[in-house]
Amino acid sequence: MIAPAAVFLLGLALAPLTGGLIVRVKSLAAGRTGPPILQPYFDLARLWRKGTVRSTSTSWVFASGSVITAAATAAALALVPAGGVRAPLAFAGDAVLLVGLLALGRFAMVLSAMDTGSSFEGMGASRETAFSALAEPVLMLVVASVARASGGLSLSEMLGPGLPAAWGLHGASLALAAAALFVILLAENARIPVDDPATHLELTMIHEVMLLDHSGPDLALMEYASALKLWIFGALLAGLAVPVRTGWEALDLAAFLAGTAAAAAVVGLVESSMARLQLARVPQLVVGAGALAAFGVVLGVRA
Amino acid sequence: MTTLADLLLIVVILVDLFALASSRLGALIRIVALQGLALGLLPLIAHHEQLTWRTAALAGGSLALKGAVFPWLLLRATRQDSVRRELTPFVGYTASLLAGVAIVGAAFVMGSRLPLPFPAVSDLLVPVALSTTIIGQFLIVSRRKAATQVLGYLVLENGIFVFGLTLSVRMPALVEMGVLLDVFIGVFVMGLAVRHIQQEFDSIDASQLTHLRDLP
Repeated sequence: MIAPAAVFLLGLALAPLTGGLIVRVKSLAAGRTGPPILQPYFDLARLWRKGTVRSTSTSWVFASGSVITAAATAAALALVPAGGVRAPLAFAGDAVLLVGLLALGRFAMVLSAMDTGSSFEGMGASRETAFSALAEPVLMLVVASVARASGGLSLSEMLGPGLPAAWGLHGASLALAAAALFVILLAENARIPVDDPATHLELTMIHEVMLLDHSGPDLALMEYASALKLWIFGALLAGLAVPVRTGWEALDLAAFLAGTAAAAAVVGLVESSMARLQLARVPQLVVGAGALAAFGVVLGVRA
Repeated sequence: MTTLADLLLIVVILVDLFALASSRLGALIRIVALQGLALGLLPLIAHHEQLTWRTAALAGGSLALKGAVFPWLLLRATRQDSVRRELTPFVGYTASLLAGVAIVGAAFVMGSRLPLPFPAVSDLLVPVALSTTIIGQFLIVSRRKAATQVLGYLVLENGIFVFGLTLSVRMPALVEMGVLLDVFIGVFVMGLAVRHIQQEFDSIDASQLTHLRDLP
């Protein structure tokens, strides 16, 4: 029996690894070796040892932003099951809290970006808000169709032991939900067709621009929060798309971890094979994912 | 339980949604050809336990026409560079997609209220037929280029084909063949017309046709 708290700690520990894995896949696809897979951990450790520099024009809003973002995202992680293994916190409707906590983290990040008074960061903040406003309903639609197919009300029940049977009955609806969830993963985590995580100081970027004024531990917390968020979405996707529920928890957990690694690899492959979309076309992509998810809900409700 | 027929019908709807969101003419022609292929396979799957020459001929004819002849004709008609993309539709792509989702939702609600007098291959048949028909009409009225409108017409006909599928056991083959011939002539003529309009006026923007008048 794996304790739910262990799932939470596992997520906290392994989250930065996903980013390292994506970079490794991208390097291999480009014919390079690339940085070590553990590089994100080294980066975090380096940032953590540094001192903090804060602009004199900022207030307590900026100082608290990184802490709130990291804390809210970590709290959201506590709701996410690892495949068939239950999350430490599970109750009916916890998916709404998950979306809310992610929104709270984003809110704190946007506020701290705007608090610097930099017009550049304000622009990034406005973009982040606009796209996440589109992505959030899609996530809710995905949750709705999974809830409908599996009959569970908490995330741990939805992705729990009943999922393989739900795939048999509502396979099409769940496949559409998984496809939409993947697009939302890319959009919410500022991955390539939406935003390029490798660029800095480019007029079209979204997420990175908000972190320009953060330094040292502040930046480490923000980076760690992004890694956690990527892990959360990867975990949801792996839990949904890899319905291995043998009842033997060690095996389920291994399948889940393989699923998250596969999700990271797919993200890496998408990033190496696509260019970033024009900013004006991003809403179309997200709305397209929404159309898939909505069609999945329609199929699920009918059956 | 999702059967193979269900899966093909879901592909048909996904093609509908893609057609609403895509601005590239080449991709649009190919994806509508894919829809035609999926629909050509449907009668074979639907009536596989009583496969007659008639259903086989029907499926073969529609596979050949919609999967090969129409795409070839349309790709040929739009080979000229100026019409690779539909840039300024009357209704934008995001709005079209949202409208498409609303249409699909409405079709599923209506489809559940319209029970067939006899059991169909799949209970998705009526909603898919309704939504494909309506989305085809939506494509016709919301796009500017004549080529895209032809594709809308094809999608519309695909919807009618799905509807005919529910009745195909009872429908005389002659009617079936007549419909197919009709569409063939339609697309043939439109393909030629698109070519001629373009050669004559350097554009296939159908909204400009309203300005045509006799010289004073």
